[in-house]
Amino acid sequence: MSPHPTAVEAAGLHVTRGRTSILRGLDFTVEAGRITGLLGPSGSGKTTLMRAIVGVQRITQGTLSVLGRPAGSAPLRHDVGYVTQGASVYGDLSVEANVRYFGAMHGATPADAAEAIAAVGLQAFAQQKAADLSGGQFSRVSLACALVAHPTVLVLDEPTVGLDPVLRAELWERFAAMARAGTTLLISSHVMEEASHCSSLLLLREGLLLAQLSPAELAERGGSDDLERAFLTIIKAADHGQEESQVAS
Amino acid sequence: MNLRMTLATTARVLGQLRHDHRSVALILVVPALLLTAVYFLFENETLPPGFPRTFDRVGLMMLAIFPFVVMFLVTSITMLRERTSGTLERLLTTPIHKADLLFGYALAFSIMAALQSLVATAVAYWIFDLDIKGSPGFVVMIAVINAVLGVALGLLCSAFARTEFQAVQFMPVVVVPQILLCGLFVARDDMNEVLQAVSSVLPLSFSVDALKEIAGNAEATATMWQDSLMMGGIVVGVLVLAALTLRRQTR
Repeated sequence: MSPHPTAVEAAGLHVTRGRTSILRGLDFTVEAGRITGLLGPSGSGKTTLMRAIVGVQRITQGTLSVLGRPAGSAPLRHDVGYVTQGASVYGDLSVEANVRYFGAMHGATPADAAEAIAAVGLQAFAQQKAADLSGGQFSRVSLACALVAHPTVLVLDEPTVGLDPVLRAELWERFAAMARAGTTLLISSHVMEEASHCSSLLLLREGLLLAQLSPAELAERGGSDDLERAFLTIIKAADHGQEESQVAS
Repeated sequence: MNLRMTLATTARVLGQLRHDHRSVALILVVPALLLTAVYFLFENETLPPGFPRTFDRVGLMMLAIFPFVVMFLVTSITMLRERTSGTLERLLTTPIHKADLLFGYALAFSIMAALQSLVATAVAYWIFDLDIKGSPGFVVMIAVINAVLGVALGLLCSAFARTEFQAVQFMPVVVVPQILLCGLFVARDDMNEVLQAVSSVLPLSFSVDALKEIAGNAEATATMWQDSLMMGGIVVGVLVLAALTLRRQTR
């Protein structure tokens, strides 16, 4: 077995909602025990892809497997954690009550809950109502509600939006520690500088996979150490290619 | 079904309510206050000797109708918030079963309903001397069944509302016809055939029938148990329908 077996595998993945085609044929793999970044402009299908992986979005065509099972199958519900873009927690409950409730779905103990709260640095706020916290603290409650289950695969939709730089750095350190301990993380972002924290990047644009590469390869292909500029270069090249093919046809 | 997840959900819903003192006060106190209003509304009626007071009939029915209305509203709004805040979607990515969630909700609000009807029934009995032959325990039982009916219908209706504004608009559709036709305003036997037919399939009518049995008989009658069973069956049916509206996957 290779040191990094596959945690998520997509082949010819299509998702259509209503009449809109959101994901248009994706093929990729996500290595287990690593951080994979999902990058792309808003509207590129990042959230839909993440929802398909955690099993709340039906796939139209193709296959999508997580830990060797079809995405969304019942046994995966213990192993796959999902942190939505907007914090999905109960604002009228305390931080502790929120974490304990989601923990109860996985048989977590109060000690597990305390550990998850400490992991996101909210020990001092455990008894406060989630709605009374600041925006950044509120989104960390949501993260703690996922950590309490000790997921094997953790899917995070823009977890660092609205956080200050210190906190962002802390979170990326935590993600790296989790990956070292064997957790697979799939993290979406549109902040390109965060791409450098990932081992592998999926570049998504308008429902198509532009490339799957490492940050170093991104810098090389985009001709810039500034990952944001590198990404823009690749997008422009892709747009250019598209225009040419349209002219040709 | 998983008892741990069901009870965790019950505890969570009650925990949310516990932080909301105003709602708890409204749930517990308002029915008793309205009952007081009903009492004074009929305070000066003149009755032939031996004729039962209107309050004994109307007040008794109100004891069963309040929990139904209040729990319908509370549940449909709470469940709608759960759907729109993303917490429902998140829950459905966890191992929780849909039934655990719905029964957890039903249990939490049944507990609130039992407290509510204990307060209202106590006021009716001890302050206003509500005069019925049967046991007040059965009145509370019917009130709780009605509350669970409100919970079940609220869970179901929340699936068809996108906003809280729409959710409250379901009250005139789902709740008001049942109150009009349950026998509170006009005895069901005196209605025309169409209205009578409609009223005989509306769940609230069964509970009003059951209350009449309790009012008129010292012991529990077979009709009362039949009506209660019927209500129970309807509640389970509506809860199953509500479970069907919870989908783990969007298309």
